[in-house]
Order: sequence, then C-alpha cells, then structure tokens
Amino acid sequence: MSWITARRRHPAAGIAIIALVLLLMGAGYAVVTNGGTATAAPPAASNAAQIAQGRSLFEESCSSCHGNFAQGTSQAPTLIGVGAAAVDFQVSTGRMPGQEQTAENVRGPAHFSQAQIAALAAYIQSIGGGPPVPSAAQVNPAAGSYGPGQQLFVANCAACHNFVGAGGALTYGKSAPALTASTPRQIYEAMLTGPEAMPVFNDLTITPQEKRNIIAYVTQVRSQSNPGGFSLGRVGPVTEGLVAFLGLLLFLVLAALWITAKHGKAHE
Amino acid sequence: MSNSNPSGDSGDTAWQEYLTGGSRGAHGQSAGHQADPSASASTSSGEPEGPSAPRRVIGTPSPATSRTMLPQAGHHGPQRPPRELPPGPEDPIKAKKAERIVATLFILAFLAGLGFIASYEIFGAGSLTKVLRSNLALGGTLSLSLLALAAGATIWVRNVMPTVELTEQRHLLASDPKDKEEFKETWEEGTDASQFVKRPILRRTLIAATIPLGVAPIILLRDTGPLPGKSLEHTVWRNGLRLLVYGTNRPITPAEFASPGSIISVVPEGFQNDDDALAKAATVIIKFRPGQMVFTTENHPVPNKVVENWTVENIVAYSKICTHVGCPAALYEQTTHHILCPCHQSTFDAAQGARVLFGPATRPLPQLPIGVDSQGFLIATGDFPVPVGPSYWERS
Repeated sequence: MSWITARRRHPAAGIAIIALVLLLMGAGYAVVTNGGTATAAPPAASNAAQIAQGRSLFEESCSSCHGNFAQGTSQAPTLIGVGAAAVDFQVSTGRMPGQEQTAENVRGPAHFSQAQIAALAAYIQSIGGGPPVPSAAQVNPAAGSYGPGQQLFVANCAACHNFVGAGGALTYGKSAPALTASTPRQIYEAMLTGPEAMPVFNDLTITPQEKRNIIAYVTQVRSQSNPGGFSLGRVGPVTEGLVAFLGLLLFLVLAALWITAKHGKAHE
Repeated sequence: MSNSNPSGDSGDTAWQEYLTGGSRGAHGQSAGHQADPSASASTSSGEPEGPSAPRRVIGTPSPATSRTMLPQAGHHGPQRPPRELPPGPEDPIKAKKAERIVATLFILAFLAGLGFIASYEIFGAGSLTKVLRSNLALGGTLSLSLLALAAGATIWVRNVMPTVELTEQRHLLASDPKDKEEFKETWEEGTDASQFVKRPILRRTLIAATIPLGVAPIILLRDTGPLPGKSLEHTVWRNGLRLLVYGTNRPITPAEFASPGSIISVVPEGFQNDDDALAKAATVIIKFRPGQMVFTTENHPVPNKVVENWTVENIVAYSKICTHVGCPAALYEQTTHHILCPCHQSTFDAAQGARVLFGPATRPLPQLPIGVDSQGFLIATGDFPVPVGPSYWERS
C-alpha cells in the first residue's frame, strides 16, 4: 500500500495507468473476438510488440521480394490485404520464404517458429486486413461431418487434389499438392485464401461449418485402410491397371515359358 | 500290334505298374515298391502278383489299351504305326519328388478352395470395408486355388509323365469328293420328294412364314433407342432458375461470391437431386477481378456476338462438362484462369469465353447466361445457347 501511495503522484503514474488499461482492454478484446482461440492462433493485431517483431522479421526475410512495405515487386505480389490466414498458411507449410523462383513453392519444413509466424501474420494483418487465422474450434474436424464434406470435396476439390487428397498435376510444372500432411488449420486457410493457383472458397460460399465438414473428410479418409495391402498412391484406376497389366502380363509370359519349355530328351 | 494289344510286353508292364502303383500311392495305400527305383525300372516278370487284374483308376484308359497313347484311327486315314510309351519317367527319383510337390499343390488348391467358401461366409458384405475385405479374400483364395491347380498339373506333365514327342498330321479341310457327291444326291432327292417346285402354295407360304422371323432381330434394334432427338441440344436451365451451390443446395448472391479467384459448382434449383438433369446441367461459376475477362467476337462461343451482359459483377458461368468426351472439367487455376479437364488435358481460358487453348477439345465450354433476381440471388436467364457436352456430328 505504501508503495503505491508513495508513487501515485509521480509524473509518470498517469501514463503508466493509461498504458496498463489499454493493454488490459486490448487483451480482453482479443479474447472476446477470438472466442477462446488456441494458443497457436496469433493474438489480436493490437499487440504492438508482436507487430513490431513481425515487421522486423518481414524486413529481414520477406522484403527483398515483397518490398519494404509489402507493396509487392516484379518478383512477388503485394501482401497488403492478403490477411493473416495467407501468411500463416504460406509460412507454416514452409512455402515462404521462397528459396528460388520456380513454377511453384512446395511444402517443406517451416523456417520460422510458431511465435514468429504469428508475429509475421499479425504484421501483415495490421497493414491491410484480410482473412484472419481461423480458431482451433473453427477447424476442429470432430465438429464436422465427413459425409456432406465428401460431397463438397468431390464436387469442388477432387478435380485437382484427387478424391482422397493424393494430389495431382496442373499445367506448366505446377501441381495440386497432396493433402496427406496438411493440418486442419492449413486446409481451412487454403480454402479461405486460395494460395498459388488454387481458387478461393470464401466463408460465404462455403460456410465455416461446411469447411469443417470438408476438413473432417480430408482427415478421415487418411485413416481408411487399404485392404489390398498396397495403396498404390491411391491415385485411382490408372496405376492399378498399369500394375495389373505389367505385373500380370510378365507373370503370364513367364508361366507360358515355363509350361512350354523343353526339358529332358524326347524318346525316339 | 495295331488293334489287338498284347498285354505281356516287358516295358509296358513296368509302365503300367508304375501307373497303377502311383495311383495306389496317391490313395495312401502303399508307396513301397514303387519308391525303389530298381523296382519300377526292372519289374518285368509278367503280371503283378496281388490283384488278378491290374487295378483301373478312374479317368485312365482300360489296362488293355493303356500301353498306346492314342487308340487307332479306325478305317479313316492311313494306318499309322502304334506309338508306344517309354517304360517310365527318365528319372524316377525326380518323378517321386515331383509327385510330392504336385500332391502338396493339389492339397493347397483344396484348402484355398475351402478358404474361398469360408471367406464368403466370414467376410460377407454390407459395408464398404466388409466388401473390400471380402473381395480381397475371395479373389485371393480363388486365385491361389486355381494357380496351385495349374502349377500342379504343369509339374505333373513335365516331371512325372514320360517325355514323348507327338506328331499329328493335319487334314485337308475340304470335304471328300465322294461325300460331296453323296450330299448332292441327297439334296436333289429331297427336293424331288418334297415337290418344292411343283407345289407353289407350299413354297410361298413357307417363305412367308420365315420372313417375320428374319425381320424380328432388326425390330429388336429399337431397344437401343429412342433416338435422342433434340434432347442433346438443351438442358433444364431456363430463365429465372436460381443457381444453387452443389452439395449445400443454397442459392448464392454476387455479394457472397465476391472473392476474385473463386470457383464453385452450381446446379439448377429444383433439379439438385435429378441426376438425369444434372448430367447435362452441371455448371461452374467463376469470379474474376474487374477487367480480367476479355469478351470479343473472335473469342466468344457464339459467332459474331459480344454478349458481356451474360456475366454479373465479373461472375461467369460455364458448363462443367468437357466438350471433348464429357468429363467434368473443373480443374481451375486462378492464377492463369485456365480450366483443365482431368481426362485428356483439354485446357480452356475462363477469362476468354472458355476458348480452347490446348488439348483434344475443339470448341469452348458453353457459357450460361446469368443474371440476378429480385432478391439478389444469381439466376440463369436462359439455357446454354449451344449444346453442352461432347461434340457430335449433328451439333447445330
């Protein structure tokens, strides 16, 4: 008590109290708006320190291609307005920062920690808005139903990603990646932001609940057993037919050779 | 030695005894004397001791004729010298070993056959997983059974049966001139006796009786119809039908479908569960950034027409059915705005009236004219102006 009494008339006290109240309000707002997000989701954009950290990370690792103010260059598009979801997807799947100019960036180990990704996402969110990172509840596969999810997946996703998410080829060296390693959050973010050549499926066209259904299907189908023992990449009848054709044809040729091979010496 | 088979040849008896002895062994009675190689090679002292007549095994020729490979051809064809079997397999030890292998394979085939029946009972059907497992088990056991049978039969032929080279003469396919002459005589005799020529009423009614039967198969060809008529030229889309998002069956407004680079499959309202209708009416809508779409007369599907008012707020609707052979063309790259068909890689430029960029398709994906109804939902303002789906020769 005496500690406060001694300092409450200090000239800096007013400023300190305002800062404290602002911080509490910011944190409270963040909790309310995110509806109890998981720890992995970045806190609200009001966290100035996080934004500052994100900005310095951006200037170190991203600005050479995306420009000092994320305005885009001839090398890379602008990031103003892409939103935290796009940043979280691109950086957490290891596609960004891009290593070289190729047809597309492929999935790999992430170059940043979760906290650093959250800071980058907060910075990009702060400069232009855009779709935020979905909450853990939003992407929970257990809250989805994979029956309706499959119907949507087959109609809108399977053309590129294959009916069990095994991926497939596109044009000019691009490809639709396999979804076998994607986390539910990454699947959600990909639908929301349309990374690279992928089209966008916003929350009004495919609602969050429908997205959860799709996530439930994509994650459920991974655990489906392969009763034949071989998945053959689960890419459908082409590989199966090829294996059957080449494998069994060889077997039949060898069998025919064995049956008709001369052995011993014919009697007179 | 042609038709009557003397039964006391030394080598023949050995072979015969080998056959019957072997069959006894397979029946589990005795394999003793036959396991001794000298016994099967040199038992030549006349008929076997035990049974008065050699035991005949089901499926083998009678002992009296079992010495020659084939019965004599009778009075047809030239007489050929009888072919005699060698006294036994070249290597009796090897034959014995092969016999065991063959027996093992046949037992395996027997067990796999039982397994087939058992898997039918055990796995059953009723769910996807059950059907998958059942298919695997049924196919696996049946293949194993048939393979083991085939392998056993092959080893039997190759290692147990004596090696004999057979030569068979080919015969002329044409009939004997004598046979031809006989047939001609019979034919003419029949014609005379039936009085086919003399009695026109019988002849004509007989011909009349057969005509409907001859025409009947042609009538059955109708089952391949009915002819498609004009049905290939239109779909169920018509003015005022809302576009429902496929799978959720929700109508959609341009404000909801607002993110550039979006694509979604849509179906006509009221037909969302009508597979026959959807087979032709499946459609995708794509949202562009302002100014991305280029509609000129040369790119547009309809000759000499610029119909940009078909699009609403940079949303354009195309048939989802490839114009090549009708696969669902829905691989969409939002960066290049190419629509690809997964079957044969036909590539269409969605920003330019879906004109063909590459691949076997020869005409653009038909564009559906769309508008907005009073409640703001996307609607069709008419049917596709050109037939959807694979091109065909009478396509207008």
